[in-house]
Amino acid sequence: MSSEIEYTNLSGISGPLIFVDGVKDVGYGDIVEIRDATGVLRIGQTLEVDEQKAVVQIFEGTSGLSVQGTRVTFVGKALEIPVDREMLGRVFDGLGRPIDGAPQIITDRMMNVNGLPINPWSREYPRDFIQTGISAIDGMNTLIRGQKLPIFSGSGLPHNRIAAQIARQARILTAEEEFTVIFAAMGVKFDVARFFIDSLEESGVLTHSAIFLSLADSPSIERLVTPRSALTLAEYLAFEEGMHVLVILTDMTNYCEALRELSSSRGEIPSRKGYPGYLYSDLASVYERAGRLKEGKGSITQMPILTMPSDDISHPVPDLTGYITEGQIVLERELFNKGIYPPIAGLPSLSRLMKDGIGEGRTRKDHGQVAAQLFASYAKVKRIRALAAIVGEEELSDLDKIYLKFGTAFEETFLCQAYDENRSIEQTLEIGWKMLSLLPRDELYRIAREDIQRYYIPEKENE
Amino acid sequence: MDEALTGKVIAVNGPIVKAVGLTGIKMFDIAEVGADRLIGEVIRLAGEITIIQVYEDNTGLKPGDEVISYGRPLSVLLGPGLIANIYDGIQRPLVGISEVCGSYIKKGIKLSPLDVNKKWDFQPLVKAGDEIREGTIIGEIQESPLVIHRVLVPLGISGRLVNIVNAGAYTIEENIFAIDTTAGLYNGKLATYWPVRKPRPNKNRKKPFVPLITGQRIIDTFFPIARGGTAAIPGGFGTGKTMTQHALAKWCNADIIVYIGCGERGNEMTDVLTDFPKLIDERNGRPLIERTVMIANTSNMPVPAREVSIYTGVTIAEYYRDMGYSVAVMADSTSRWAEALRELSSRLGDMPAEEGFPPYLGTRLAEFYERAGLVETLSGRDGDITIIGAVSPPGGDFSEPVTQHTSRFVRCFWALDKILADARHYPSISWIDSYTEYLTDIEDWWKNLDDKWLITRNDVMNILLEDHRLEQVVKLVGSDALPPSEQYILFCAEIIKNAFLQQNSFDPQDKFCAPEKQLKLLNSLLTLYKKGLELVHNGVSVKNIATQDVVSEIVRLKSEVPNKELTEIDAYMKRLEQTLATLKTSL
Repeated sequence: MSSEIEYTNLSGISGPLIFVDGVKDVGYGDIVEIRDATGVLRIGQTLEVDEQKAVVQIFEGTSGLSVQGTRVTFVGKALEIPVDREMLGRVFDGLGRPIDGAPQIITDRMMNVNGLPINPWSREYPRDFIQTGISAIDGMNTLIRGQKLPIFSGSGLPHNRIAAQIARQARILTAEEEFTVIFAAMGVKFDVARFFIDSLEESGVLTHSAIFLSLADSPSIERLVTPRSALTLAEYLAFEEGMHVLVILTDMTNYCEALRELSSSRGEIPSRKGYPGYLYSDLASVYERAGRLKEGKGSITQMPILTMPSDDISHPVPDLTGYITEGQIVLERELFNKGIYPPIAGLPSLSRLMKDGIGEGRTRKDHGQVAAQLFASYAKVKRIRALAAIVGEEELSDLDKIYLKFGTAFEETFLCQAYDENRSIEQTLEIGWKMLSLLPRDELYRIAREDIQRYYIPEKENE
Repeated sequence: MDEALTGKVIAVNGPIVKAVGLTGIKMFDIAEVGADRLIGEVIRLAGEITIIQVYEDNTGLKPGDEVISYGRPLSVLLGPGLIANIYDGIQRPLVGISEVCGSYIKKGIKLSPLDVNKKWDFQPLVKAGDEIREGTIIGEIQESPLVIHRVLVPLGISGRLVNIVNAGAYTIEENIFAIDTTAGLYNGKLATYWPVRKPRPNKNRKKPFVPLITGQRIIDTFFPIARGGTAAIPGGFGTGKTMTQHALAKWCNADIIVYIGCGERGNEMTDVLTDFPKLIDERNGRPLIERTVMIANTSNMPVPAREVSIYTGVTIAEYYRDMGYSVAVMADSTSRWAEALRELSSRLGDMPAEEGFPPYLGTRLAEFYERAGLVETLSGRDGDITIIGAVSPPGGDFSEPVTQHTSRFVRCFWALDKILADARHYPSISWIDSYTEYLTDIEDWWKNLDDKWLITRNDVMNILLEDHRLEQVVKLVGSDALPPSEQYILFCAEIIKNAFLQQNSFDPQDKFCAPEKQLKLLNSLLTLYKKGLELVHNGVSVKNIATQDVVSEIVRLKSEVPNKELTEIDAYMKRLEQTLATLKTSL
């Protein structure tokens, strides 16, 4: 299809963009091959075309490129990567090229990295409970197969450990099925990538995992393709090979910054904090590539990790992410400083798909109400603590003091657990009831009377 | 059919395409672009150059590619078969698309929005020789077990009915009737086209006076909306906008629901799609899907189609309104629509106003909400459209442009509160920041149930407002420092929040609360407050009242008393009064 005309001179370079004049027969979104004077190949994509010129973004960045002597070929189709089962156990760059020294992937199956939107009619509503072994998640913010549940973190918080623990412990209660992890790193440090690779190796899942790395020293523009390459492979494995894929994307904040960089080089009108107005749609085109289909057995569960600049949840990146994903796991510095691992914030964390994946026949009948009651009671603890900070604990009513006791126990016993502690959902609920039983029965207004009857632990037995 | 205009593409920038050679093309005409014949709409004319927004993924489009236009505006096909259907933003049937191209939406697909082969049982209501005017109902079709589809004479067509078919089964493509108009003979079918951006006319607009009963206590009792009214639900992420919209779509007593998922999550639309065929409407025992039309343009589907999706939805709503129905439109979320507007406007190089939004944001929002209302339709029946739009303010900050502009054009504002949502108090509608302007309009309707409705409602509202004021004091000095009467207000407000405001949409009894039940609960709460306060003034301790079993029982009434067995609440009320009276005598 391609015309394969080589253009030799550029009319300009700006940030990751090059401008090519006098082009013919170039399509919007076409893939471009660029060779600098020394013959090194780079890949780009057209962002804008008219009858005279084309604007091209270069994934490897423009450093070392010159207006003279650069040769440009428009290949004429969208960016594709090879997809194959053989890719499991391998390491790739952001564009899907092997960087582990092992041979190229030999397959004739190529897929467009941008994918296609899934027809909402063809989706299967996710309902299968994934047991992560972490009480704060299983008990209160349940992860469901096919869900996109991000971790909102801050610098220095243990988001990587939590993600690794989930990748290691995640199990479906009902059946043994083929499970795989795809890990995509955008702009993170080598140590972070190393940590994930090591922990996947320790738990023995590395051989059936694929890793896409675009580290901090790679050109920022490559980060825009990295999650799409990872998700393209995930779609192939899930919907054609019937596997259950967990995709971990870290760090989405770096991805968004790369997008901002590109937008600003194009001279676009910025919206909040300099991010482009289409950040929402762009993020959606990544996050919405999760779920299950009516046709096809597999599933894609996404766990994007992002660091909130100065722990600000209203920053555009976490904010727009929260509007697209099905909930969020928020890490809290205050809990972290108290030495609680995992420091999963009790209140702002949420799983939107929880309601349909739990309860009778899935986890346990009282699960939903226990979670609702824990949230409501812990919210009250927060209010009382704010009050105690002003009037002093002594001035609190007796009931308020009981709540404070509940709050501490909840954080230290329910939330807190070891990095290698894998709790079953029954254990989680049991601990939940121990916590709730610290409160008087009348305070448990979110729970049906018969369940209180059944599970409430009388004071003298509750140690 | 008009003669086709052809031109060629000269520039492509995302979904915005510039073309030349389309002399005579009009604003908002459809243009088919490139070899795949992608659907686009003319959004600007600048001399020789036509600017087209393309509703599908247009990667690969090149300067020089062909553009064709038939000079027709972007329209929706209106006829039997809309109910229970699901469309994308430009009314392509998603079920049909999945049959043609599998689980993913490929570009360039063109399918009729309505089934052209299905035969509908048509029952004529007029006879040849009758003088017929536009908008007249000429026959009926049982479209779904819940909806009788009234076949209307298309707008702009009036004259003597020359011919109409006998009762029988017909497809939407067959000729059903013929009218002798001044412009010649008009052959009518069961389905017609209507341009999406043009409101359908009506005889005259009326003042709304009947409440839309939603079964959600905080809405019906405290911040009611009238049929034909407008409401906004602003809230940051995770505050429950979509859950509130779902609850309203499920339980409100409109005849027809148009649910527009505009730039939202795919799985949420799937939730509606899997839930509604199973959920049964208590009033008629039929699945909710039989009164619902869905538009799904999820966040990963092309952005321009998101912009048009709300117009597609509201035009379908107007069509059912014109049959004399009460229609509720849920638009989730209007912020995504506004962002689509911003994205397109920015690619056009418009000078931005606040936060990059185009200066005409306010006008467009006003035009949209103005399509709500109670009207006398052209057929003489009354019909109404209620529009409930979700707003997703960035960072949950209500001072941003979309929330601000929206609040100027809606009369009901259900502000969602992050703190309530964090405590899993749903619906997380704030009783402090929300408001409604319909209270006096619909007061008479409630008065039929209870003469003192508004007074009771205001009394309870005052307890909540007083509680809010006292909370500020408590934050500084603690509740023990307050006099007992004020501590009692705090106690009652807490009960009101748990027993009345908080509602569990997954609890079989609690998910829908009938107006009668709302009233009885409200009266019980007010009795507890008034009688209890008297006791407190006479020296009974708040704790003594609070620890009475009958008092702690009040929070369970909502989930333990079915809508049909309200005498249980009367019995409860007697016990409550007795207990409080005993406390009084023990003084």
